[in-house]
Amino acid sequence: MSKDPVLEVKNISMIYHTLNGEVKAIENIDFKVYEGEIIGIVGPSGCGKSTLLSIISGLIKPSTGEVIVKGKKITKPSKNIGYMFQKEQLFEWRNILQNVLLGLEIQNKVDKMAIEKAERLLNTYGLGEFKESYPRQLSGGMRQRAALIRTLMVEPELLLLDEPFSALDYQTRLAISDEIGLILKKENITTLMVTHDIAEAISISDRVIILSNRPATIKEIIDIELTCPEGRWSPINCREAPEFRHYFNRIWKELDIHV
Amino acid sequence: MYNRVSKEHISYLNKLKRRKKIILTTQVAIFVVGLILWEVAAQLSLIDTFLTSSPSQIWNTFWKLAREGNLFYHVGISVFENVVGFTAGTLLGVLIAIGLWWSDFAAKVAEPYLVVLNSLPKTALAPIVIIWIGTGYDGIIVTAITVSIVITIMNMYNSFISVDEDKIKLLKTFGASKFQIFKKVVFPHSIPDMISTLKVNIGLSWVGVIVGEFLVSRAGIGWLLVYGSQVFQFDLIMMGIFILAIISVAMYKIVSVIENKFTKWNQ
Repeated sequence: MSKDPVLEVKNISMIYHTLNGEVKAIENIDFKVYEGEIIGIVGPSGCGKSTLLSIISGLIKPSTGEVIVKGKKITKPSKNIGYMFQKEQLFEWRNILQNVLLGLEIQNKVDKMAIEKAERLLNTYGLGEFKESYPRQLSGGMRQRAALIRTLMVEPELLLLDEPFSALDYQTRLAISDEIGLILKKENITTLMVTHDIAEAISISDRVIILSNRPATIKEIIDIELTCPEGRWSPINCREAPEFRHYFNRIWKELDIHV
Repeated sequence: MYNRVSKEHISYLNKLKRRKKIILTTQVAIFVVGLILWEVAAQLSLIDTFLTSSPSQIWNTFWKLAREGNLFYHVGISVFENVVGFTAGTLLGVLIAIGLWWSDFAAKVAEPYLVVLNSLPKTALAPIVIIWIGTGYDGIIVTAITVSIVITIMNMYNSFISVDEDKIKLLKTFGASKFQIFKKVVFPHSIPDMISTLKVNIGLSWVGVIVGEFLVSRAGIGWLLVYGSQVFQFDLIMMGIFILAIISVAMYKIVSVIENKFTKWNQ
């Protein structure tokens, strides 16, 4: 873990203005993320998790505070930051290879090397034979994997995942979160993942940030240390760790959800 | 896979095929039987061919006009006016819709005008158009354009703004400009809608062309229809309608072929 943080979120607050008045969505959020870390963000629904990601990505401006990625202040969407959505958002009219190259195409960086790299990544992650296929011919899990490769192609320094598995059915979700967790670790991608699935957050993350109800503030940041089976680290295997249950109960209590 | 197809599956496929055949046969039969009944009724003087014409008379009129008359001249002119009309209507409509997508302000300002123009029967504008533009092809073409352009603008604008917000966000995170957002996601997303608008516009432009020709022309299928009614030659009117039907279907089919080419990903 290097000393300089990849991401610094400095005292961010966000107020929404509507005709009916103003709503405080986020208040004084402040944290740092270091290289190669995977950070899970959990919070009650509607607490402003996605707003926080949008602010970090530069898509919306915070009312106060600033976001710094690798020492640079973020004021608009930046190529250093990759973003993945609930739905995989592949373009139906492009085949998988064209989809994966989309980011580089926008940046006018498609060349022979880029195509080779895309094909290599597709091969590595089991999509090699589908590069000419269209998204609708692929399963939900494969599409989500293609979306991850599309994001990795632009070599982001920071990856933002906005409930990336919530559109999938439960079993696919387990399998794909396991796979993507492994990919992120293998490629050493610094990641911030918003989720409402506590178990998913614990199994993948190095740290979990717990947000409060609206306006969202940080309730607690929990370091996750699971004694995973030796040499077989993977999110699913880590669910067997004895500490898993304790973290789960702790986060559940912190979330303080009443229906 | 092939050698493992079960008997049950084969009988299932055969059933589907048979059903398709029966539907097609029924469709053709209705047409043919209708024509035969019409012809027989005419031959037996059960109906007055002065008011209804008959298939053989329509066919004879067609042959006569095709051989000695200038049938293809009339058809050619109408088709020309129609093709120019719906192409220009669609292109202009799409261009204006792009402008509205580009400027949210313009879209908001234009909205009530579009709503009023859309609910107006466009053919009511034909006399004005013809006075302003002229009584030649140009007037008729502009009439055809007015019929299709407003609905094109509205359909295409709605299609443009129906793109998933996250897809645009995604492109923004890649650093896309507004033009790139349009080119990479908004436009390709709207191609299927554009083709269905094109299909509707072919029909709408025919309305414009025929109305225009009714009003002023000295040639074209619309002129044949009006002339036929003035001299009370029902064969001529019916032939004009048959030709219109055939040409419309042909154009529709051409657009379908284009559609298949552009929407391969959806098959």
